Amino acid sequence: MIRYILRRLLYAIPILIGVNLITFFLFFVVNTPDNMARIHLGVKHVTPEAIEQWKAEHGYDKPLFHNPEQHGIRAVTETLFVDRSIKLFSFDFGKADDGRDIARDIKTRMWPSLAIALPVFVIGIMVNITAALLMIFYRGTRLEYAGVAGLIALMSISSLFYIIAGQYFIAKLWQWLPISGFGGGIDGFKFILLPVLVSVAAGIGSGARWYRTIFIEEIGKDYVRTARAKGLSELRVLFRHVLKNGMIPILTGAVVVLPLLFTGSLVTESFFGIPGLGSYTIDAIRAQDFAIVQSMVFLGSALYILGLLLTDLSYTLVDPRVKLT
Amino acid sequence: MSLLEVENLGVRIGAVVPVDGVSFSIGAGETFALLGESGSGKSMTALALLRLLPAGGRIGGGEIRFDGQLLGELPESKMRSLRGRGMAMIFQEPQTSLNPVMTIGEQIAEALPGGLSREEQRNAVVRLLGEVGIADPAARLHSYPFELSGGQKQRVMIAQALAGEPRLLIADEPTTALDVTLQAQILQLIKRLARERGMGLLLITHDLGVARHMADRVGIMYAGQLIEQLPVDAEAGLARAFHPYTRKLMAAVPGLERAGQRLAAIPGRVPPLDRAFAGCRFAERCPHAFGPCTSAAPGWSGLAEGHQVRCHLAEHPAAVRGDESAQPLEMPRPGQVPVLEVRDLAVSFTQRTGQLFGKKQIHAVDGISFELRMGETLALVGESGCGKTTAAKAILGLTPISGGRVELDGQQVAGLSERRFKPYRRLAQIVFQDPYSSLNPRMRVGDILQEGMAALGVGEAHTRGQSVAALLEKVGLDPDAVTRYPHEFSGGQRQRIAIARALAVRPKLLICDEPTSALDVSVQAQILNLLADLQREEGLAMLFITHNLAAVGYLAHRVAVMQAGKIVELGATRDILAHPQHPYTQSLLASVV
Amino acid sequence: MSFQPVILWTDALIWLLVLICGGFAWHIARTPALRASWRKVLARPMGMSSLAVLGVFVLVGLADSLHYRERLDNGQLDVEVKSLLDRALVPFTARNERTYSAPLATHAQSRETVQRPDGSTVRETPRLQFGGAHLADPQQDWLGDVMARTLKGLALGLAASLLFAVLLAVPLKRLWRCGFAAALVRLWRPQEGDIAWKSLLLTVSMLLLTCGAVASLAGGYHVFGTDKVGQDVLYQSLKSIRTGLVIGTLTTLVTLPAAIGLGLLAGYFRGWVDDFIQYVYTTLNSIPWVLLVAAAVLIVQVFIEQNEASFSSVAERADVRLLALCVIIGLTGWTGLARLLRAETLKLRELDYVTAARAFGVSGPRILARHILPNVQHLILITVVMDFSGLVLAEAILSYVGVGVDPVMNSWGNMINAARMELAREPIVWWPLLAAFSFMFALVLAANLFADVVQDAFDPRTAARGGKA
Repeated sequence: MIRYILRRLLYAIPILIGVNLITFFLFFVVNTPDNMARIHLGVKHVTPEAIEQWKAEHGYDKPLFHNPEQHGIRAVTETLFVDRSIKLFSFDFGKADDGRDIARDIKTRMWPSLAIALPVFVIGIMVNITAALLMIFYRGTRLEYAGVAGLIALMSISSLFYIIAGQYFIAKLWQWLPISGFGGGIDGFKFILLPVLVSVAAGIGSGARWYRTIFIEEIGKDYVRTARAKGLSELRVLFRHVLKNGMIPILTGAVVVLPLLFTGSLVTESFFGIPGLGSYTIDAIRAQDFAIVQSMVFLGSALYILGLLLTDLSYTLVDPRVKLT
Repeated sequence: MSLLEVENLGVRIGAVVPVDGVSFSIGAGETFALLGESGSGKSMTALALLRLLPAGGRIGGGEIRFDGQLLGELPESKMRSLRGRGMAMIFQEPQTSLNPVMTIGEQIAEALPGGLSREEQRNAVVRLLGEVGIADPAARLHSYPFELSGGQKQRVMIAQALAGEPRLLIADEPTTALDVTLQAQILQLIKRLARERGMGLLLITHDLGVARHMADRVGIMYAGQLIEQLPVDAEAGLARAFHPYTRKLMAAVPGLERAGQRLAAIPGRVPPLDRAFAGCRFAERCPHAFGPCTSAAPGWSGLAEGHQVRCHLAEHPAAVRGDESAQPLEMPRPGQVPVLEVRDLAVSFTQRTGQLFGKKQIHAVDGISFELRMGETLALVGESGCGKTTAAKAILGLTPISGGRVELDGQQVAGLSERRFKPYRRLAQIVFQDPYSSLNPRMRVGDILQEGMAALGVGEAHTRGQSVAALLEKVGLDPDAVTRYPHEFSGGQRQRIAIARALAVRPKLLICDEPTSALDVSVQAQILNLLADLQREEGLAMLFITHNLAAVGYLAHRVAVMQAGKIVELGATRDILAHPQHPYTQSLLASVV
Repeated sequence: MSFQPVILWTDALIWLLVLICGGFAWHIARTPALRASWRKVLARPMGMSSLAVLGVFVLVGLADSLHYRERLDNGQLDVEVKSLLDRALVPFTARNERTYSAPLATHAQSRETVQRPDGSTVRETPRLQFGGAHLADPQQDWLGDVMARTLKGLALGLAASLLFAVLLAVPLKRLWRCGFAAALVRLWRPQEGDIAWKSLLLTVSMLLLTCGAVASLAGGYHVFGTDKVGQDVLYQSLKSIRTGLVIGTLTTLVTLPAAIGLGLLAGYFRGWVDDFIQYVYTTLNSIPWVLLVAAAVLIVQVFIEQNEASFSSVAERADVRLLALCVIIGLTGWTGLARLLRAETLKLRELDYVTAARAFGVSGPRILARHILPNVQHLILITVVMDFSGLVLAEAILSYVGVGVDPVMNSWGNMINAARMELAREPIVWWPLLAAFSFMFALVLAANLFADVVQDAFDPRTAARGGKA
């Protein structure tokens, strides 16, 4: 087991290097620091001196891969590549364009993200499984047919609509909950409710439909027939046999996103004014702050790889057949 | 009064009527076998009894009376309490019929009657496991199905079926998925348990031998109907069977006593069951069919005590034509020229182990040697997992080998690169077990047959069309098959296509990997006859891979018995069948029922 | 009036796609197994209906993909690139208001200071320049006029539906070898095995009735109101159809070669090829999708800004960005299908018919083309139709994030993005949002329903579930 984890962690390194190369290539080779400076300075203020100054201020004034002004090892280390790519591996994210420390921002902003994303994740899975099981229980009836049609309709609605409609009706028209914002403590609960509600609703369509196909596939298997031949009731067959087997793909499919819950949702956070990593990222994209975007890409990738590892580990917990070697 | 009485039972699935007017009864303590080929409706009958028909299926008529109670009127809740308690069922596939994520202890406990304490449940499960012959049952309680072998799983299935103390046990092909040596054990177990508990036993099987050895009475099903019922005679077995189909079926089974005879094949195929029948369902394949057979459905005629048949011939015995004595089969004489020489062939796979970068070697084929001459058939016999299929693939250069030599027509080919192997590819070809996965569903039959010719440059491009037509005729198919797709053909016809495909490049060696084990008995006979004819006509050398010793006596000159990657015994067929030397060969022979 | 055709990049690719689809239709017609599967799709009422709705969207999109520039009276080419659709919708483009107006309104949304002829000023909601301008007294005549126009439109739609039924019966009469009346009857009461013609007829009729009513009303009003700069919202919604379709389809054009090629190679050759391809797609997959797209789009944006001069018109610039968006989404989105195909190929390559081909010495590429690819077709098809709706929805998200299509391009995402700020206005401006969401919903719903039916018809697992005895 330990050996397996070790091997998987070793495997993660080339992937993170790959991610880093891709982002570095995109951000600093295709799109040179000069370009960045031009964008930030605006058309009117572009002079060679201004560009150089901007680059110096923001730490982009080194060459990409090889620094001819330095000697020995420093010719390689005193470069943008080391500053902006290698250092990420020690989670040293550097400074944003406005001078703030990115690592610190991330540390403070991941909690609000988690406060929204975790309830959405947990409630979402429970709601979706319940909906899927209901449809399985009533399979072959009109109720199931209507349910499937309903799910397809729900998943055809843009997630933006759920947010806008939720904000308009629940917050603005009926004034049940605040329209946006975030607060700590017990009081913060009321801010969380609406975004969670909206996100869960937006996910039911595709989520419950997916789980339904999983259960349908399980219910066609031979062991279900065996269970019925034993004289078990339909509910018992569903809960003891079908659910137990269906939970394997459901849980392991969910675990992969577990670490990513820290990074939050871009759209939800920005609509509801949640000071999390999602809105942080979206602001960075709009401000074209490549340092932040790159950091978030690296963080996301690392968490995704962690998620893959957790997925494999979770198999050993829920599926007795899997032994990691 | 009988335990189970089935009266005129019918099952519908959409437009298809897989079971039509089936009546039989089973007494307490009696074993009744429903015998039939695939699609005859025997499994559907069993599932209908438990009201467990697949989605879309429903009981289309008739009455089922269990212990005097009419099942048709029972609400689902009552029916449920009957399942497991009254009637329990064992299914064919032990691999998939157990819940993979529940321990076997939990699964058996579920089937126990309610109201037991945990301790009582545990004891009951341990007792049951012991009864079905699981060693150290208490330790096995917490095992998951994947930790058990196929035979053990089927034993667990039996324990589970017995848990509810049923009065009728339904066993649907309980041993078909198991290896031969296990089959006999499991059947003995079922028979013993049924006798001890005085249970009625409904045995569903396609295997005449199984039916004969297990049952008190046998009902033969054909195309959704029961066509004959007779008691099994202690000495004669089923020899008194009257229906032409039953007789043909018995004559079609390859067996040791039939060596040197042609098998009786039944021409044609089972009619589709989505239409109404005017006459006898077997009429178009029956050699004795006469006037009323095609116009009037035959009723039951009693022939003797407990022996009834649905056949017009029973009333008009004069219509029976021709003699049914077997025709001799000419076995080709093997030539002197060796076509294939295998020396110390070994194939091993690497498997990852628990170590960080640890690997270990699995020896699938562990140094086997034999040779094969023109016109000779060598049977490679062994149970699943013994390495016989891997050996075949290694000979054909389809799997990398780890040692040894393979000479095709005098040329060393083992370990050659794909490019250097190519000139020798036409020398050896293969026919697979499963006629469904061996033909590309997206290709027309003509293209399938031409693929090899084109790839190996056999014949001129413009004459290939003619060659294909000739091949199809040779394997007994219509030339118009060329433009059709595989799914339009039955299993037996597909196997003919597969044989034609192999023959298309005019090989000297034909490897047949269990070519008939996916087929019904009557079709199996057609294919075996065809292979024998082809060998005689073409002077082919054949490597016949099989688990079925019975088929060996019929076809092979020599037999090689394989166990765990090694050939443990090799010799002339007659010698090996008469005087097996190796204990494994002896146990294989002993388990043929 | 003369004109010069303009072929934008996406136009060319769209028509290439039409050509490819035509090729596939021909292939399907010649292959009985595929024909049977498609017949199953069309025999389901839901399949036929959703296909009909999709068909209408596609027609609008295609009409919007034939671009040209008019030659002005002075012999110069107009700077504005127009499409066939613009030509058909001239009434909308020509009749702009000054700012917001509600659907079917006769007066502007908000009060303005208006100078009376006598020099005094009042605050009032002024009459619209076009919407309801033909009414003498809007207060009295409005309802009657709207009703009359609706009824007239519905009548026209009904007439068109009847005509459609007749036109449908004419070829069917030949197909079924029966009389005209018999064909009409059979259209309504299908026989066993018929395609769901009735659903086609009903769906098309519904669409014709709606179109009739809307077109009739549009003659005198802005049916979906106008936006901030007074542009007709219905016109914007219609123009957005092409954007949605382009993103939904051209993206797959980029995805498919990568996904199919790499998926099959990895699954068939295994070993280091597989390791490498798996590495590539795990790496790509590990990058948060929106961020990857955002990063790439930002860079394309910079590139476009730097080469501003090389675009001869705004439309061309927006088009290049749209194409770039498709390419970016495609290049980042092939991993799912590739993974699926790899897994399937791993299974297929062990099947006996592949072994048989290898025993004949058939080469790897040929086995992939003849044995593997035809047997994974259904997976590719199912994925393509399932992805389509997801891509249409993703466009709105990306536009919101600020990395979607060009801001000057009509798209539902841009419409939503522009309108969501106006929700705070009093009285609320809801119609651009509603129009964009409704159009998007109609397209995505039709696509999802269609995908559902296609999956049922082509997935061997679902097929086996239904009819296995």
